[in-house]
Amino acid sequence: MNDLSNVIEITTATHPGMVRSHNEDSISADAATGLAVLADGMGGYNAGEVASGIAVAMISAELKKALAAANGELDAAAVERLVGEHAVRANNAIFQAAQNQAQYAGMGTTLVVALWHDNSLVVGHIGDSRLYRFRDNKLEQVTRDHSLLQEQIDSGLITKAQARHSQNKNLVTRAVGIDPEVETEVHSYPVQAGDIYLLCSDGLNDMVTDEDMELTLASLQANLPLAAAQLVQQANDNGGRDNVSVILARVLKSFPARSGLVDRLKSWFR
Amino acid sequence: MAKLILSLEGSMIREVALDKERIMIGRKPSNEIQIENLAVSGEHACIVTILNDSFLEDMGSTNGTLVNGNPIKKHILQNNDVIEIGKYKLKYVAEAPAAGHGNEDFEKTMILRAPSKAAAAAPKPANEPAPPPKPSTPPPTPWSVPPPAKPAEPAPAPAAPAPAAVAPAKPADAQPLAAVQILSGPSAGKELDLVKNLTTLGKPGLQVAVITRRPQGYFITHVEGAKFPIINGKMIDAQAQPLQDHDVIELAGVKMEFFVKQ
Repeated sequence: MNDLSNVIEITTATHPGMVRSHNEDSISADAATGLAVLADGMGGYNAGEVASGIAVAMISAELKKALAAANGELDAAAVERLVGEHAVRANNAIFQAAQNQAQYAGMGTTLVVALWHDNSLVVGHIGDSRLYRFRDNKLEQVTRDHSLLQEQIDSGLITKAQARHSQNKNLVTRAVGIDPEVETEVHSYPVQAGDIYLLCSDGLNDMVTDEDMELTLASLQANLPLAAAQLVQQANDNGGRDNVSVILARVLKSFPARSGLVDRLKSWFR
Repeated sequence: MAKLILSLEGSMIREVALDKERIMIGRKPSNEIQIENLAVSGEHACIVTILNDSFLEDMGSTNGTLVNGNPIKKHILQNNDVIEIGKYKLKYVAEAPAAGHGNEDFEKTMILRAPSKAAAAAPKPANEPAPPPKPSTPPPTPWSVPPPAKPAEPAPAPAAPAPAAVAPAKPADAQPLAAVQILSGPSAGKELDLVKNLTTLGKPGLQVAVITRRPQGYFITHVEGAKFPIINGKMIDAQAQPLQDHDVIELAGVKMEFFVKQ
């Protein structure tokens, strides 16, 4: 398997916010594998963080194993399938736990998975946790929320500007661990050197406008950990009504899965 | 529950609760809110209510529908919006989404799902030995959503829009405007207003710092470069440093002064 630790720079930040006593978000990032996972749990008492914890731990550990086993011999479609499969496994595990233990009944989590492989990025998501791409000083939302609000926007009922004022912001239409089956939305995108990817829970994008996120990344792109800390701080300065989690990943150079013949020979003699 | 208060020339006619998903307004008797006036179209407008949001849509009426004086086609109703149809006014009063701690529950992410899926979930655990019926599984209503903000005591402030509905606030705007003035180097004398929440200073690749505007005041933080900024002759560390009026910043060999303008 290709080690991407020289290719991708990843930084993370998570905070319970200004209102909540505990953090139901879970995050994991591994530059060597080129994998970032973020989940925003929901459900009574402590169940939210149990659900998001299961999802992040299972997906990051098992995807890593599967990728190592495949030894880089995967095409884009196979990687997309892997991401989908492991989201389904996490769904089953959380659903079973919720069925079997009363204190976990009804727990669930949103999920966004980013996997860098062979000069492209495979993104899987369920619910309203998001992935954005910052390229050429422009921030663009890559994932589309599985939420009531997004459906209302899609159907033309309200505009994006009006959506800011909606009271239905926090209703997701899809989540991990709520039903015995779940459909993961998985897509691949070509990656360019210099891209910065932002994964976040709704605690960020509900409190900080896309314009302010873009300004932050444009101003602080030289210092990724500071940019992540600044995004969290802005969410909290604006009220911090929810847990807020941020993963920032910068692609430093291209990363083809199979290097050219010369490179392969070189690695032979290493 | 949200309601409409129908009035004509300042005198109230009646109150209508938005208890149906779709409420039609028009001249014909088939409308839930019938207004018998020639300026009103047969089917003039309708209000669709989904959970806590109500949407007003003009049904292609002859004389149009105004909200707060502006003509609309579609509009998401906000508390205290005034809808005008002909000479009639309909004031939209949203239920107050419980002030204080109730708000926290309201902000929580919740799953919205169709009953068919939930029903499909039920038979699945049947292969376990005698599963006790779970009280949480069958949703009583078509949408298994925790009850939306309880109709607790309405917020005392009458005109203030519900806090939950407000777009990300910008408390930073409350800060007085500040600026930096360059004191040395070729651009000495130049002034830079700190109008954005983030302003970067310095030379990219060499030394950059950022001034952030926060509710607590202005702060300077090192962004990149081997050297850290010097404030009043003292080098700062990686932590954000609060800026006081007339602090002197030294950055990439250039001196500048931070000052509050108002």
